[in-house]
Amino acid sequence: MAITAPDPTVDPTAVPQTKGPLRRALDRFFENRAARAGLLIVIPILLAVSTYPLWWPFGPNTIDLRAMNKAPSAIHWLGSDGVGRDVMARLLQGGRISLLVAVSSVAISTVIGFLVGAVASFGGRLVDGTVMRLVDLAMTLPPVIFLLVLASIAGTGIAPTILVISLLSWPVLSRMVRARLLELRERDFVVAARGMGAGLPHLLFRHGLPNCIDILVVYATLQIANAILLEAGLSFLGLGIAPPEASWGNMLNLARSTVVLENYPWQWMFPGAALVLTVLAINFIGDGLRDAFDPRSDLN
Amino acid sequence: MADAPFLAVKNLAKHFAPTAFSRGPVVRALEDISFDIRRGQVVGLVGESGSGKTTIGRSVLRLIEPTSGQINYDGTDITRLGAAQLRRQRRKMQYIFQDPFASLSPRMTIGQILTEGLDIQGIGKKSERRAKAETALAAVELPVDAYDRYAHEFSGGQRQRIGIARALTLEPEFIVADEPVSALDVSIQAQIINLLRDLQLRLGLTMLFISHDLAVVEYICDTVIVLYLGRIMEVAPAAELYARPQHPYTRALLSAIPSLDPLARQDRQVLKGDIPSPANPPSGCVFRTRCPFALEACVGAVPPLRATAEGHLKACIRDDIA
Ligand SMILES: Nc1ncnc2c1ncn2[C@@H]1O[C@H](COP(=O)(O)OP(=O)(O)OP(=O)(O)O)[C@@H](O)[C@H]1O
Ligand code: SF4
Ligand SMILES: [Mg+2]
Repeated sequence: MAITAPDPTVDPTAVPQTKGPLRRALDRFFENRAARAGLLIVIPILLAVSTYPLWWPFGPNTIDLRAMNKAPSAIHWLGSDGVGRDVMARLLQGGRISLLVAVSSVAISTVIGFLVGAVASFGGRLVDGTVMRLVDLAMTLPPVIFLLVLASIAGTGIAPTILVISLLSWPVLSRMVRARLLELRERDFVVAARGMGAGLPHLLFRHGLPNCIDILVVYATLQIANAILLEAGLSFLGLGIAPPEASWGNMLNLARSTVVLENYPWQWMFPGAALVLTVLAINFIGDGLRDAFDPRSDLN
Repeated sequence: MADAPFLAVKNLAKHFAPTAFSRGPVVRALEDISFDIRRGQVVGLVGESGSGKTTIGRSVLRLIEPTSGQINYDGTDITRLGAAQLRRQRRKMQYIFQDPFASLSPRMTIGQILTEGLDIQGIGKKSERRAKAETALAAVELPVDAYDRYAHEFSGGQRQRIGIARALTLEPEFIVADEPVSALDVSIQAQIINLLRDLQLRLGLTMLFISHDLAVVEYICDTVIVLYLGRIMEVAPAAELYARPQHPYTRALLSAIPSLDPLARQDRQVLKGDIPSPANPPSGCVFRTRCPFALEACVGAVPPLRATAEGHLKACIRDDIA
């Protein structure tokens, strides 16, 4: 190679201003039809569930003695249950509780999953080995039995249910985070940060977290759907949210009685439908996010 | 030399032990590496792919932990520094990466990339950091409006300028440049080399310049170290090395440079065979399996690095191959 006359002119910066990777992922997300449909279902549900006391005359535990086991009517749009409570009000309150439990438990398990994965991947070989064996152990426990044992220890109610669900699901996430961070650790820009004196907090929160954001968002979304189902399952078995508090799960519990199942379908069909619809819509959103964050889609 | 060297590397070795998951032999990437760099000097490190150049560059900044040896940096042995001291030390020494695509985070703006070091070291307020980053952008001849953009909007050459700017924001005294142009278009290589040369002179930087391109090294370096299979073969002032190469390996490297001179082309000497694996290096002289001058004696002992002239060292037992 011949080094000729110094010509330090800049190659022209002709590329126009463009968006960051997160913005581009969101743009792709909104182009996805199923994901948009998911949002169109979830947003009204969230709105209704959070604002219902403002516009719905009945409370979830208001008893209307003249309306026991009444079919849907102009007053009780979705009918009433065996003690005269309004099914619509219980459905909305149940949605509140189910979504609260799902979102909180996923928030907790996401934080645990990220931190465990992060510590394993950046903490050195010994820490990594120990932590990941524990994760393996947590993953080999049969989930149904683990859940039932935990639930019977923790008891019923909102906080115990959140705890039980969040303890069940973080190991999968911590594995994904660890794999991503182990690979990230060797990337030159992370080596550069270390070379400038970066400590663990900087590496984790300035590089680790932004580069796991896709994993976290997709996991959290899909896991919310999963947690709604887990809550319903636990409550159905009488281990989750106990009556008189409403949740979609314990409303479905009513269907265990054949009388209700056969004669008063509105009492279990509506919570069932709400559950299925919400879980489906959230899964659409989760899939849309996963596609939007797929690194391959950045290439085209 | 009267003054103590700025950087003194002594008996550096790096062995990569197999991990729990990748069973296999120990890779002896570096063995018994010793060299000095005086303040303000540019020392070149050349060798084929896999010879251990990056491993030396990263060990010298303690980006990887050496297996043994000392690295005296302006009087302090940085292999003995604790975590906190090492972090403070890092301000003074920076690395420029080979791959301008992998070395910039895709999730950060150029501004964030350039102020990262200042942020880590807790230097200056936000506005001051920005000012320093913009000074660095100007120093590498990039427009100031690059500050708010992302790395993917720039070409390879521009990215390498950003990588250089990042190394400069902490105002280091010492820089390891690891093949800073080998990933770039030939047309841009000269620009970047000239930029580095200018900056080095203007800022009085001390530099370890890694390259496999001897022509680039000749232009920018004061002294050149020739590396083969994790060992130093020859060390000489750049002009001396090109005029009077002593080691058979250096000669082979030099004769491999395309030349327009038909006479030079005639005694072109091509290396036979491949570079052996560092997991199982040859006994004695590591170059003996490819050396046209190898003798029986080359098998036995590792030839020591010895002076043949002022500042000229070679690791070869033969003096009769002029
Ligand atoms: N993390 C590692 N684990 C195991 N072996 C390694 C590791 N890093 C490097 N090596 C080995 O050490 C030797 C030297 O590698 P190094 O990257 O220093 O070479 P290099 O001279 O920089 O090559 P190149 O010109 O390709 O960049 C190679 O054989 C390589 O396979
Ligand atoms: S010591 Fe022997 S094998 Fe090694 S370079 Fe010299 S002559 Fe060749
Ligand atoms: Mg290298």
